[in-house]
Amino acid sequence: MAARLGGAIFVLWAVASITFFAVRLIPGDPAQAVLGGPGSQASPEALAAVRTEYGFDKPVLVQYLAQLGRLATGDLGRSYALNQDVGPLVLDQLGGTVLLAVLALALAWLLALALAAWSTRGGTVAARVGSGLEIVAAALPHFWLATSLIVVFSIWLGVLPPISTVGAAGLVLPVLTLAIPLAGFLGQILRESLLAALESPFVLSARARGESERGVLWTHALRHASLPAISLSGWAFGSLISGAVVVETIFARPGLGRTLLTAVTLRDVPVVIGVVMIVAVAYILMTLLTDAATRLVDPRLRSE
Amino acid sequence: MTMTEPAAALTVHNLRVGFGADPVVRGVSFEIARGECLAIVGESGSGKSVTARSLLGLAGANARVGADQLELGGQTVLGLTDRAWRARRGKDVGLVLQDALVSLDPLRPIGREIADSLRLHTTLGAAARARRVLELLDAVGLPEPATQVQKLSGQLSGGERQRALIAAAIALDPPLLIADEPTTALDVTVQAQILALLEHITRAGTAVLLISHDLAVVSRIAHRVAVMHDGRMIETGRTEQVLGAPRHEQTQRMVAAIPADKPRGTRLSLSTRPRDAASPVSADSTVLANSTVLDDSTVSAASTVVLEAIGLSKSYRRPDGSRHLAVDDVSFALQRGSTLGIVGESGSGKTTTARLLLALLPPDRGAVRVFGEPWSAASEKTRRGLRPGVGAIYQDALGSFDPRWNVAEILTDALGLSPGLRQRRRAPQTTARLLTLLDEVGLAAAVLTRRPLELSGGQRQRVGIARALAGRPEILICDEPVSSLDVSVQAQVLDLLDDLQRERGLSLIFISHDLGVVQHVSDEIAVMRAGRVVESGPAARVFAAPQHPYSVQLLAAVPRLPA
Repeated sequence: MAARLGGAIFVLWAVASITFFAVRLIPGDPAQAVLGGPGSQASPEALAAVRTEYGFDKPVLVQYLAQLGRLATGDLGRSYALNQDVGPLVLDQLGGTVLLAVLALALAWLLALALAAWSTRGGTVAARVGSGLEIVAAALPHFWLATSLIVVFSIWLGVLPPISTVGAAGLVLPVLTLAIPLAGFLGQILRESLLAALESPFVLSARARGESERGVLWTHALRHASLPAISLSGWAFGSLISGAVVVETIFARPGLGRTLLTAVTLRDVPVVIGVVMIVAVAYILMTLLTDAATRLVDPRLRSE
Repeated sequence: MTMTEPAAALTVHNLRVGFGADPVVRGVSFEIARGECLAIVGESGSGKSVTARSLLGLAGANARVGADQLELGGQTVLGLTDRAWRARRGKDVGLVLQDALVSLDPLRPIGREIADSLRLHTTLGAAARARRVLELLDAVGLPEPATQVQKLSGQLSGGERQRALIAAAIALDPPLLIADEPTTALDVTVQAQILALLEHITRAGTAVLLISHDLAVVSRIAHRVAVMHDGRMIETGRTEQVLGAPRHEQTQRMVAAIPADKPRGTRLSLSTRPRDAASPVSADSTVLANSTVLDDSTVSAASTVVLEAIGLSKSYRRPDGSRHLAVDDVSFALQRGSTLGIVGESGSGKTTTARLLLALLPPDRGAVRVFGEPWSAASEKTRRGLRPGVGAIYQDALGSFDPRWNVAEILTDALGLSPGLRQRRRAPQTTARLLTLLDEVGLAAAVLTRRPLELSGGQRQRVGIARALAGRPEILICDEPVSSLDVSVQAQVLDLLDDLQRERGLSLIFISHDLGVVQHVSDEIAVMRAGRVVESGPAARVFAAPQHPYSVQLLAAVPRLPA
């Protein structure tokens, strides 16, 4: 447990450091960004004042350490562009994105399980169809899928809103956009491990006891088959958050993704770092959750 | 046709099973009475397992099963629907497979696995099922059932989990129990216990169908033996009769291939290669192996020890941080031209010893000396030049090859040449050396272009031996070299090693869990247990008059043919 905590702190430090230096590589003057962005006509005096106030005139190392110090106390700083504290700003946006990602992950699992269970039991044609669907789904880019879904469900059928409204209906298309490619990916893993599990001796033993195919699937095979996919779900969650940048932009949905995109465009360094830090924390928590889920499914890991 | 008498628990007449166009079982007939144990014996691919699975309706989705008669307990099971089969499986017939580590669901407690048959076929409540599970575990001789039911198969020893697997199969006291290689993954002492348990189940009135590749194992408990070869039953009869006076040539070959109690140097395979005919085996071949004339005359009369282990110890760190002493103060000496057999059960430290001897692991204490020179203590740079002199043969030949290389590339590499050269660019003298190597291990030139996966098990192990011979070694370290082979193939490989030893004056370390094999090949024997050598000495003496209680127990458990 101590090692795990140490690892988490290390990841956060690394994320903070990489982001801090990466953002400095963007050309341009940060003081300019504070005073309204690249287009504004700020006077040299104003720029100098901002530099002193924000510490831009100090050596990079001093700025870096100051930044780490602030982060360590939980202070994410103030947005240059919005002139608000970054913490509350980012936390406000977190809920929507996490909801999107969690729903997408859950839907992807459901689709992948259904497809894997159907395609491993339905003979060779089902297996071919299943694996074909998975490959196509896994290969779909988010931006294309999102626009296609909008064309079909909003423009042709007119059943769902093209932009993300407040109600549940507004969530459907964004969630589908994120879930379908992930379902294809998880489905490939699930189907392969399910086939291996169905061939294993304990399944033969279960059948020899008179277990039905459904019983074989639910009491034995799916449990084994889900292990590799569960381990990958932590990673999948991370990829869903980055997918949210595209999806939130297309569906005009407020959230971390859009906040991040705006902040990068405006060179709003504290917001960028804030979003990245929050996402890193969410990712670490998700990894801990998948570890716990793996232990729940696989008692061999609990025995020590 | 007298097979409908009520005593028969199982009647099979002209059973045929095929996959696609390939017939795997070609008309097999037998019956088993209640309280009788019939063993079906055959090598891999003989169709014995498919036969067993057909009796449960589990031959596979694309199997075509046909028979003139197939009756379980007097009722036909031909053409049963899947639902009707399910109602019978577990209730009218039970199945025990090899290695309960994977034959019981490794994610579920054994109690749940055993209770499954009760859940599926009875109306017993959870509490009643739990009680019955405890009774069953007690009946199969698992100590402390109350604490064991919660455990996973991986938390039990090999013998314990095999007992649990048997308990699951007999939960509803089925009239027929099919045991497919039930002791193959077990150590000999545990194997003897499991066989005793199966015998007990037979005595209680269950018909037991035992499937095995090992004639000696089945001879312990089977009343009758049926030998399968190439999908047919070639010989059936009372156990003593089939094993004592086999009529069919294939049965004779299998009986001859059993190494236990066959003196050193006796040929095990009936097919002899031409060059063997020129050098007939003398009866007293122990002497022969030791008196081999060596072609190089560097041997001084005084130093005949070629490899020596002096006080070797090696420990590993367990996942919880504690240390496990795998090899503990092991010493022995290998005499030139002789074979030292190291025998022990799983976890006895045999394989770690092999790795120490090959200097693939550094010892914690002690040393290995080769030809009187430091070996384990030498630098890897020094050792690399000497490595061709110490060859190694592994159990898993397939896993020890690069799967993308063909045999020519594998052997060219072993000769110390670049294996990347394709066949047409290979120098003629290299090809000649490859062909010589293949000839020595009894393989034809045609295998040169094959990849390991395209070879049979016996061919793979021969390539493994050819690879070890490529460096012209004087010492061969063989770690379970025949454990994954069929008996007849095992016999050929053991004969080959014996020939090579005589022709080349090789000194062999032969590591095996199989006492029968070790007895057959060894001049000297070291018995290992829990990392220590508990007994060592001339093979004849150790087998005739074992001193250590563990050796006595081990020897008593070796499956032998009835005298």
